[in-house]
Amino acid sequence: MSRWGMRIDLDRCTACGACAVACAQENNVPLGQPAKAFQHLVRWLELLPVKRGEYPRADVRVFPMPCQHCDKPPCTKVCPVYATYRSPEGLVPQIYPQCIGCRYCVNACPYTCKYYNWEDPQWPEPMERGLNPDVSIRTRGVTEKCNFCLHRLQKARDAAAIDGKELDPKDYRPACQVICPTEAIFLGDIDDPSGDVASAREDPRAMRLLEELGTEPKITYLKERGP
Amino acid sequence: MRLRGRDWAFYVQAAGLVGLWGLTGIVVWWFVWRAYDLHRFADQWTPAVVVGAGVCACLALFASVMTYVFLAVGGRSEGKPPDLPIDEVERKLTHGVLRPWSWKGRAVAAALSVVVAWALYCWWYQLSNGLVVTGLSRPVFWALYITNFVFFIGISYGGTLVSAILRIAKGEWRRPVTRAAEAVAVLVLMMGGWNIFLDLGRPDRVEKLFDRGRLESPLEWDVVAISTYVIGCVLYLYLPLIPDLGMLRNRVKGWRKPIYHLFSFGWTGAEAQKQALERAISVTAVMIVPIAVSVHSVVGWVFALTVQPMWHSTILGPYFVLGAMFSGVAALILVLAVLRRAMRLQDFIRPVQFDYLGMLLLVLACLWLYFTISENLTVYWGAEHAELAVLVEKLSGRFAPLYWVMLIGCFFLPLLLLSRKRTRTVAGTVIASAGVVIGMWIERYTIVVPTMEAPRLPVDAPHYSPSWVELSLMAGCFAMFGLMYMLFTRLFPVVSLWEMREGREVSAGEAAERIRAYFPFGAPQGPATDGGRQ
Repeated sequence: MSRWGMRIDLDRCTACGACAVACAQENNVPLGQPAKAFQHLVRWLELLPVKRGEYPRADVRVFPMPCQHCDKPPCTKVCPVYATYRSPEGLVPQIYPQCIGCRYCVNACPYTCKYYNWEDPQWPEPMERGLNPDVSIRTRGVTEKCNFCLHRLQKARDAAAIDGKELDPKDYRPACQVICPTEAIFLGDIDDPSGDVASAREDPRAMRLLEELGTEPKITYLKERGP
Repeated sequence: MRLRGRDWAFYVQAAGLVGLWGLTGIVVWWFVWRAYDLHRFADQWTPAVVVGAGVCACLALFASVMTYVFLAVGGRSEGKPPDLPIDEVERKLTHGVLRPWSWKGRAVAAALSVVVAWALYCWWYQLSNGLVVTGLSRPVFWALYITNFVFFIGISYGGTLVSAILRIAKGEWRRPVTRAAEAVAVLVLMMGGWNIFLDLGRPDRVEKLFDRGRLESPLEWDVVAISTYVIGCVLYLYLPLIPDLGMLRNRVKGWRKPIYHLFSFGWTGAEAQKQALERAISVTAVMIVPIAVSVHSVVGWVFALTVQPMWHSTILGPYFVLGAMFSGVAALILVLAVLRRAMRLQDFIRPVQFDYLGMLLLVLACLWLYFTISENLTVYWGAEHAELAVLVEKLSGRFAPLYWVMLIGCFFLPLLLLSRKRTRTVAGTVIASAGVVIGMWIERYTIVVPTMEAPRLPVDAPHYSPSWVELSLMAGCFAMFGLMYMLFTRLFPVVSLWEMREGREVSAGEAAERIRAYFPFGAPQGPATDGGRQ
C-alpha cells in the first residue's frame, strides 16, 4: 500500500502563492472578505514566512504549509469522536459531519495547520456557481484542514479501476502540485524507493518541520542551495 | 428483614433503584462496546478498559450504597413516620425553607434572573451566528469558556474536599459547613458543564461523544470522569439530607410535601437507621475523594497530553488538583460569608470556622506557590525555545499584569492576612479568599491562553481579548450559580439540622472521650494507675 508524502523544494519555490489560490479554489475554501477578520480565515495551504537573521541582514524564507500529514499525528490521538484519523495510506483527513467542534485537535496540532469554521462559509455572487462538486461544503462550527486533495486520489483510483489497472501514483496530483509553475511541490509514495519523494528524504538538503516532537511529518522540505 | 408498608413512595424509590442499576448496566455495556469498537478500528482499546473499570466500579458502588439506604434506612421504617421534633435552635435554621423570602431576597433573585436572561439571549445569539461572535480566532482557539470550565470544575472540589476529608477525619467544626460545601460542589459542576456546551462549535452533535466515543482522547476521559463525579456529588449531597427531609416532611405544604416524603426514605430517626445512614455516608465520603482527584487530574491532562509548550508538563495534573482544592476552599469561605450575612446564621457559622478554613487556605497557598515555582523553574532552566517564549510572555510580557495580580492574590495576600491570628478574622479570611478566587481564575486563564498565543511556528498570532458575548455568558454563569444556590437554600436547610444536633448531643462527649484516650492519665485503666489501686 502506498504511503503518501510530499516534497517541497524551497529552492524552486518563488513564493508566488499560486498553490494557496489553487488549493482554496479546489477545496471550496471561502474567500477572504474585507469585512472579515484576517484571523477568522480558513487557509488549507498557507505561505508561512520564517524570518532569518536581524536587520540589516534580515531575510525571509517562505514555507508553503499544507497539513504535514504526520505519521504519528497529535491531532487524531485527541479527537473524542473519530472526526479525524490516520488512514492506512498515511493521509490524515477530517470527517466534517462527525466533528463536534471542540477544537481539541486544533490545539493539539503543533503546526497550527487545522482551521475552524467560525461562521458559515460565504462567497461573493458569481463565485458560488464555481464551487467544486467533488468537495463538500463545511458548515460553521466544524474543523477542517488539508487532506492532500483526497477526492483526487479517489478519482484517479476510480479511473484506473475502469481501465482495469492499478493506480499509477503519477495520476494522483493535488491541486497545489498541478498549479505550481516551478514544480516545487511534488506528491508521491514515500515507500517507493525509486520515487521522487523517497529520494528527496535522503537528500542532504532535506528537513522536516518540528521533527524533534516525534510527530513524523510526511512533508519534506528541501532547503535552498546557497545564494 | 421485613419490608415496610408499601405506599407509593416505596414503588417510586424501588423504580429509582432499578434505574440506577440499569444505568450502571448500560455504562458497563457501553464501555465493552467502545473497547470492542476501538479494537475493530485498530485503535487503542486499553484506555476504554482501564477508564471503564474505574467508572463502572464507582457506579456500581453508588448503586450499592443507594440499595443499602433503601433496605437499611427505608426498610426499617414501620408504618407512618412520626413527626420529628425540631427545637428552638433548629427552628432558626429552617427559616430559609419554611418562611417566605424577604423583599431583599426577592430583589436579589430578580436581579440575578435578569443577568441570567441576558446570558441566555447571548447564548442564543452565539448559537445562531457561530463562534465568530466571540473574541476567539486562530490560533487562540480556546479561551474564556475553557477557563471558566476549568475554574468551575475546580471550585467544586473545595466543597467535596472540605466536607469529605473533615467527615472522615472527624473534624467536629465541619458540622455547620458541610451542607453548604456539598451544595457548592454540585451547583458549580453544572456551571462547568454549561461552559463546555458554550465552547462547542456543534453542541447539537454532542451525542456523538456517546455513540462514537473514542476513549483514547483525554476529552472523552473528561466526559466520563465528570459524569461520574456529578453522580457522586449529587449522592454525597443527598445522603446527609435524608434526616433533614424527614424532619421537614410534615412541616412543608404543597408540592414539596410529597417530594420530601419520597426522598426521606421513611426516616424516623431510629438508631438503626442512623447507623445505616452514617455507614452509607462514610463510604461515599471515602469514594468521592479519589474520584475528585481523578476528575481534576483529567482536566489538567487534557492540556498536558498535547505537545504544546507549557501545557506538556507532568506537573499539570497535580497542579490542577491542588488548584482545585485551593480555589474551592476560597470560594467556600466566600459562600459561607454571604450565607451567614444573608440568612442571619452568625450563631451557627462562627468565626472559628473561618479561622480554621483560613488556616487550611494558607497551607494550600504555600503549596500552590511551591507548585508554581516548580513549574516555572523547570521551564526556565530547561530553556526550550518555545516553552521559554510562553513563560517570558507570562512573567514580563503581555500577561505580566495578570500574572502578578495572580501571584499577589493567590499567595501574598493570603500570607499577609492569614498568617496572623489578629487578621484571620471573618473579614480577613473573606478578603484573602476573594484574592484567591480571582487569582485562581487568572491562573486558569494564564494556563489556557498564553500557550496558544505563542505557537511553535511563526504563525501570525493576534492578541486575544474576550467579546461582550463571552463576558456576558461568564457573568451569566456566576448569576446562575447564585440563583441556583438561593433556590437550594429555599428547598433545603443549608446548615445540616441533624449533624448540628448530633454534634451537640453525641459528639461533644465522644470527642472528650477520644481526647482522654490519647493520654495515659485520663484513661481509667492504665498501667500508671495500677500502683494506686487498692
